[in-house]
Amino acid sequence: MGRKQNIKITGKAHVYGDHIDTDAIIPGKYTKTLDLQTFADHVLEDLDPEFKDRVQPGDILVGGENFGCGSSREQAPLALKVAGVSAVIAKYFARIFFRNAVNIGLPVLEVSDFEIATGDELEVDLKAGAVENLTTGRRFSATKMPQVMIEILDEGGLVNYLKKYGDYRLQKDEG
Amino acid sequence: MNRTIVEKIISNHCDHPVSAGEVVIPFIDLAMATDGSGPLSIELFQQMQINELRDPEKIIMVLDHYVPCPNDKVARLHDMMRQFCKKTDCKLFDLGEGIGHQLLPEKGYIKPGSIVLGADSHSCTYGALNALGTGIGSSDFAAVMATGKLWLKVPVSVKIELKGRPAKTVTAKDLALYMVGKLGNEAANYASLEFCGDTLSTLDMDDRLTVCNMMVETGAKCAIMPFDQITENFLSQFHSTGFQPVDPDPGADYDKIIEFEVHNMVPQIAAPHQVDNIFAVSELEGTPIDMVIIGTCTNGRLKDLLQAASLLREHQKAPGVELLVVPASRQIYSQAAQQGILELFSQNGAMILPPGCGPCCGSSAGIPGDGKNVLSTANRNFLGRMGNVNANIYLGSPLTAAAAAITGKITDPGEWLHDDF
Repeated sequence: MGRKQNIKITGKAHVYGDHIDTDAIIPGKYTKTLDLQTFADHVLEDLDPEFKDRVQPGDILVGGENFGCGSSREQAPLALKVAGVSAVIAKYFARIFFRNAVNIGLPVLEVSDFEIATGDELEVDLKAGAVENLTTGRRFSATKMPQVMIEILDEGGLVNYLKKYGDYRLQKDEG
Repeated sequence: MNRTIVEKIISNHCDHPVSAGEVVIPFIDLAMATDGSGPLSIELFQQMQINELRDPEKIIMVLDHYVPCPNDKVARLHDMMRQFCKKTDCKLFDLGEGIGHQLLPEKGYIKPGSIVLGADSHSCTYGALNALGTGIGSSDFAAVMATGKLWLKVPVSVKIELKGRPAKTVTAKDLALYMVGKLGNEAANYASLEFCGDTLSTLDMDDRLTVCNMMVETGAKCAIMPFDQITENFLSQFHSTGFQPVDPDPGADYDKIIEFEVHNMVPQIAAPHQVDNIFAVSELEGTPIDMVIIGTCTNGRLKDLLQAASLLREHQKAPGVELLVVPASRQIYSQAAQQGILELFSQNGAMILPPGCGPCCGSSAGIPGDGKNVLSTANRNFLGRMGNVNANIYLGSPLTAAAAAITGKITDPGEWLHDDF
């Protein structure tokens, strides 16, 4: 699932508030299938019913605090990815959503302070941990990701990573 | 270096001692997937093109979310899980056995000092047994099946000291809701919560499972109880050996130390639509309630059912209130039946549902109607959580739930309890 990530991602921002939970991202009633398109068809349905029609491939979702709180359902980041979202930026993430996103190859950036409005054009530099708002010219820095997460994202997710390496690889002095 | 419980547990599962902030790849002792996360895990595992489970004895699958099976699509997913477990020789708990978070402790799978992962966010429940229990996703679970390992960041630890003896009407659920309200994400996100204090001697294993279960709602990675006489007594039924309880080192480094005085605490309730939207029950007294749910991995244990029964034994359910009772496992169902409380609930107008997650996340029958107010003993009240965005979910203890079933309104259970409760 997924392909190698570009180091730089550009896309239009869709900005939402704090505490976007996994039931808001994909309600539990739609998760009982392995058809990934179903998740995308109902992404953010209860929060913003028009989002699924408005989102364009490559767009970037922007949330506030505690993005992805709630259940462990991997269908939540999958719904966003299949709908075309290329990265998620938030002040901070709920931990299981964060690791699920990395594991499916959806870049997630923790940016504690930013000024981004819906419709702004953003450029995300994963390796440098930076977000530039191309519409306003302002730059924001993101928390640096540990090496293992960057490697998993580089391979497009944990499935590809393990298919390639057969096991986890970890250099010391990380973290 | 002096280490916290979580640092010591992870160190014991790595080839070197670890401390908070490090990213490591420990081996794990046990991993559980449900019918919510299992099918996707199986598909991802097959995509990894690794043909064998690293260790089938460490993998358990539980069919608990969709009980009984609601439609043909889910039936296929259930069959996929059954076939996978048969083929790979890993343990399956089939429909009606109960909720994974209840079955693993109840059947003796959780050992102190171990790392137990669940592809379900409430896997922090296992911390009640001095284990590191934490939730993962489907890719992680597939990777655990393939490698027996997990990538993780060693969390900082927050020490929670609970002081005093709670009042009779204040249950473990009230304590948990109170802490969720007070801790919030700023204090606990990504952290390991490490409990201590004299209140713990008043919390039996059912209570501890309830408290640890709820702590994911603070954003915590895990919540760990100390190993003590209560843990030892609980484990003695399994005659298990070879485990290694873990205490924190004296002088271990805590990100924060937070104290809670529990003796003057009152029953708590979470109002829609966030779990940390906490009030004293008395503050919301009189709010009409249409549906009451007693069960789930938070409060579907025998003690919870007995508490609810203590009120419903003497008082009639209010007409028009829909009351659902869902024992968390077959064993609890049997015990409740033997003690006559299933009949008591049924005679009082309740519907008894089969052991499983029940209506908690809208996966099994029991969906509330438009505009309905639900009082549930579950752990989440997000908008749409139970399958209808037009319903409002309040979260409370089994006593608070039973009191609401009797009056049809949010009611402080203290008013209905005998002095000898």
